[in-house]
Amino acid sequence: MEWLYEPWTWAVAGPLIGLFVPALLLTMNGKLGISSAFEHLCMMLMPKERHAMFSFNWKDNGWKVYFTVGIMLGAYIATRFFSSTDVAFLPEQYHSLGGVITLFAGGMLVGFGTRYANGCTSGHSIFGLSILQPSSLKATLSFFAGGLLYTLLSSIL
Amino acid sequence: MKNFVYVLFGLLFGFVITKAEVISWFRIQSMFRFEEWHMYLVIGSAVAVGALSVQLLKRSGARSLAGEELDYKGKTFHKGFIYGGVIFGIGWAVTGACPGPIFAQIGAGETPALATLAGALVGAYLYHANKSRLPH
Repeated sequence: MEWLYEPWTWAVAGPLIGLFVPALLLTMNGKLGISSAFEHLCMMLMPKERHAMFSFNWKDNGWKVYFTVGIMLGAYIATRFFSSTDVAFLPEQYHSLGGVITLFAGGMLVGFGTRYANGCTSGHSIFGLSILQPSSLKATLSFFAGGLLYTLLSSIL
Repeated sequence: MKNFVYVLFGLLFGFVITKAEVISWFRIQSMFRFEEWHMYLVIGSAVAVGALSVQLLKRSGARSLAGEELDYKGKTFHKGFIYGGVIFGIGWAVTGACPGPIFAQIGAGETPALATLAGALVGAYLYHANKSRLPH
């Protein structure tokens, strides 16, 4: 059982992540996806009069906030009880005021970009590609284009 | 009851992505620098299993627990898939987190990720406040 406490290999983790596609479809007829939870959370934080601006489908996407609560719990359990070492997921420089400002700015790009693109890595790159949807392939290639461009520029400058 | 099931699914998902370290800024950096194949193999094998499962479900005519026909409908393309996709990709490289992993980083005790989440909510709001002016 020692492997459970080590970081998992792609050969275990990847297929398990893929199984969420049929598991969510079969149980709840739900499509894997997370970024629309941002809209739901925005609406929870804003007065009702302004909810119309989101043109958000509660019936189809309302469950995602519960899903994100679960993600936090799962990550807590994984790191607190199923990890042999303390693993850092963010670099030291982000534990500073400047780092937090950078993360906030980067987070704005994540929130704006995923909603503009109508999906994120789970909705487009996992679910969308699993149903062989060409629009999700275009979105996925754009995600990587943006990330590669930024990484390339930041290593040159 | 339904909501409890969603929390449980989220819990399993959060556990797996944390153990796979796809929520790690370091792994995202290595991916965009082509220093290791981990992220590509995780995403690739997830899509392979997902796509195979969907084909099996389609062929078997499976229905959901509630007896409904399964909903495989994809999303209709517009220009935002490209523009928004590139913007998100930059944010992904900066923060080391796509939307699911933001919540996982918070659960894993990386408190600075709360700033990423706050930024993401502001970003989602700004998209909706400006969407009529953006090319789609």
